[in-house]
Amino acid sequence: MAGSTESARPPGRAKRGPAMEVFFRLKKSPLAMFGLVVLLALVFVAIFADVIAPYSYSKQNLAHMFESSSKQFLLGTDEFGRDILSRLIYGARISLQVGFIAVSIALLAGGMLGAIAGYYGGWIDNAIMRVMDVLLSIPQTLLAIAIAAALGPGLFNLMIAVGVSDAPNYARIVRSSVLSIREMEFIEAAHAVGSSDLRIILKHIIPNSMAPIIVQATLGVAFAILNAAGLSFIGLGIQPPYPEWGAMLSGGRQYIRDYPHLTLYPGLSIMITILALNFLGDGLRDALDPKLKR
Amino acid sequence: MENSAHGGNDLLLDIQGLTIHYVTDSGTVHAVENLNLRVGRGETLGFVGETGAGKTTAALGIMRLIPSPPGVIKSGRIIFDGNDLLEKSEHEMRSIRGAKIAMIFQDPMTSLNPVMTVDKQIAEMIRLHRNVSDAESMRLAGDMLELVGIRRERMHDYPHQFSGGMKQRVVIAIALACDPGLLIADEPTTALDVTIQAQVLELMKKLKRTFDASMILITHDLGIVADICDKVAIMYAGRVVEYAGKRELFTNPVHPYTIGLFNSVPDLDEDVERLAVIPGLMPDPMDLPTGCAFHPRCAFALPECSKDSPDTVDVGDGHSVACAPRAAELAAGKGAGK
Amino acid sequence: MIRYIIRRVLFLFPVLVGVAFCVFTLLYITPGDPARMILGDMATEEAMNRFRQTEGLNDPFLVQFGNYVLKAVTKGDIGRSYVTKRPVMHEIMQAFPSTLKLAAFAMAIAVIVGIPCGILSAIKQYSFFDVITMIFAMIGLSMPVFWLGLLLIILFSVQLKWLPSSGFDTFKSMILPSVALSAQAISMVTRMTRSSMLEVIRADYIRTARSKGQKESVVIWVHALHNALIPVVTICGLQFGALLAGAILTESIFAIPGVGRLMVESIKARDYPVVQGAVLFVAVAFSIVNLLVDLAYAFINPRIKAQYK
Repeated sequence: MAGSTESARPPGRAKRGPAMEVFFRLKKSPLAMFGLVVLLALVFVAIFADVIAPYSYSKQNLAHMFESSSKQFLLGTDEFGRDILSRLIYGARISLQVGFIAVSIALLAGGMLGAIAGYYGGWIDNAIMRVMDVLLSIPQTLLAIAIAAALGPGLFNLMIAVGVSDAPNYARIVRSSVLSIREMEFIEAAHAVGSSDLRIILKHIIPNSMAPIIVQATLGVAFAILNAAGLSFIGLGIQPPYPEWGAMLSGGRQYIRDYPHLTLYPGLSIMITILALNFLGDGLRDALDPKLKR
Repeated sequence: MENSAHGGNDLLLDIQGLTIHYVTDSGTVHAVENLNLRVGRGETLGFVGETGAGKTTAALGIMRLIPSPPGVIKSGRIIFDGNDLLEKSEHEMRSIRGAKIAMIFQDPMTSLNPVMTVDKQIAEMIRLHRNVSDAESMRLAGDMLELVGIRRERMHDYPHQFSGGMKQRVVIAIALACDPGLLIADEPTTALDVTIQAQVLELMKKLKRTFDASMILITHDLGIVADICDKVAIMYAGRVVEYAGKRELFTNPVHPYTIGLFNSVPDLDEDVERLAVIPGLMPDPMDLPTGCAFHPRCAFALPECSKDSPDTVDVGDGHSVACAPRAAELAAGKGAGK
Repeated sequence: MIRYIIRRVLFLFPVLVGVAFCVFTLLYITPGDPARMILGDMATEEAMNRFRQTEGLNDPFLVQFGNYVLKAVTKGDIGRSYVTKRPVMHEIMQAFPSTLKLAAFAMAIAVIVGIPCGILSAIKQYSFFDVITMIFAMIGLSMPVFWLGLLLIILFSVQLKWLPSSGFDTFKSMILPSVALSAQAISMVTRMTRSSMLEVIRADYIRTARSKGQKESVVIWVHALHNALIPVVTICGLQFGALLAGAILTESIFAIPGVGRLMVESIKARDYPVVQGAVLFVAVAFSIVNLLVDLAYAFINPRIKAQYK
């Protein structure tokens, strides 16, 4: 043998905490990092909207209707002469709020039901999961529409509608991870030393089922924003003059022949936000479960 | 494939200097390094080594089924029946795979197509290499099933309807369906229950004789080697470190690694307190030690062992070993012993 | 197989009753007095009371629900529209063919484009084609259907003037809505096919097929594809539900007289019986499609087929 020509490799990677390990793997995916950066930028914009936005989102200026991009109005103005850029910036606040709160509702309600169903099994499991099956047999967007129609328009109702329609997904995921974890030996060990059910659920089962939940929640925020925009688009969500992106699209719709920029920018904002969340969610899935990516 | 004499002159397979690497982002895996191996006609070769020694890669290399990327056959020759397989086109290889060299894989649970009935999977092999009609190939598939001890009525069943041992019988039936000259069995019994293992091995022994095929039996179980092999090759970190007839190797092992392997097998006759374990671990195939890959774990190691890769030396009777100090020791005075 | 079909059909009923219950409850808690809605602002209190009596609006909730289901099953009667005063079923049946056509076209596009793209992507993993396909699939997944619809209208109707921007009667008018609606489904099917194919290609039985000396094309298109399609079929079923829901938005953009548009207009007009009926109808349609998909799934997956032989 001619002898190994491979030069000495750097010593094995230093041991990291699990969170750092995930971040390290996430960093290797340029698309996921793109998603993360865009998302952080959006969060920043949403928080500091009051400072960043050049104009108020509702101030009408009938002298500047339908203007296209200019130094004064970077992305032009809408049918009431409102600055589109400012409205988009405030819209980020609404969309992210809806996305995160709706998913929190779904996660809390669905996760709790799923954990109970998986942990106790038997008729409790059966009862909860049959109800979830019924909800899952209604297409999710349709369910959100039905709930929103019943509750009426408004930001809070929108969050409830989107969140509740998403809850069965989390119930399923949490239940199946609880089921698989429940059988593991360390849970038996915890039982043996007399830990209470609640303590076992909170201390052992929930942390151990985090990985699939984080992935689903990231993708869920994307879907919630998309859904909320759709509901606003058909007039069920947030009402004017609040600058929700879907509502802005809906408002600009009648002018698409002459002023397409009214619909172009809100749509682009929605798409970029969703794209960033989807890339991040995909990257997280790969980073959290290296077995899946070969 | 007539019955033929043993011996070096009548070689079915002669692998010379085969080197296979897996090139990945995090480094190059030296899976098989300068491997030499010979299999005579009608012979059964035991191919022994730890997990990760490169046995399966070498076997897939013979079939030219190394997944690429990342696998690359860097150099060497695989002379089968007088022709170098590495010079064959993919088209030519297809008429060799299955027909002349067939392979039995390790895990019968996953090596059958779950959506195809077993008779179709056997018949597929027959249709590919024999000029027979569909109906005829199905009939032959049924014959093969009976030959491996599965009732003909079950030929239209799907793999999941069989047990692990039965599935492995089906896999054997597929492999033997076209009467191959060489059968490569990659740990064919590792995934099975112990009682089933014996049955399957017995079946393979019997069928090998019936079909008069040569066989490479990959295993890490020296008991199986003692049971059915004629020759043994010991593999370590991608190389064959020792090659000999079974009796010779079992009575007179030379390479320190081989000796270590034998010492780590419990022996009923001797009541030993502790098994002699080879110290250390298999080297990382991405980062092999320089010189002899075994030297960091070797009790016989000399300073030069870390510098030069040892040549394979014949120590008589077709017994060859890749260990310079031990070969020199043997040459100096026979019986220097362990 | 027959036993399996019967079992699945029987299993459908409790789910449908559950769906009806959810939808009925939603309407029940909705603010607004049905008697006032139907009889109008001029109706007297007496007239409204009489109406409530005859229509059973004073009955307990569960009795009302029972009557609703009974009438729906026996007479296909799911109430009357507050606005047009016509039976809801009649309104829906008029609108449903367009919706079904739209969803079916979109599904067909998704399958025809998505499955081959997914397979090619998987076979040539990490190639230029794969990377581009995956990025486009992700964009497709992130594109709101109502925005894509508007973009298509701006480009093909307003700018190029090639295709009409509304209606659903001619083939030309069906192109834009179907394409807009299919974008997400194409992306889902492509991604699912790719990942399923990638998993299957590495399976041991694929290696077995190669070790037989089988041609690579047969290995991929026969051995691998059949196995890879099993999970894809499930995704297609779920996507059909998403398409039916997506049709609601698509129809209102392209002014297609389907169930979705009927639903949106009824929501705006607070015509709740129609909303209720439309939601119920789409949910039932989705359940039936899922049933068919499950049967198809059993047909291509021998594990289930053999169980019910």
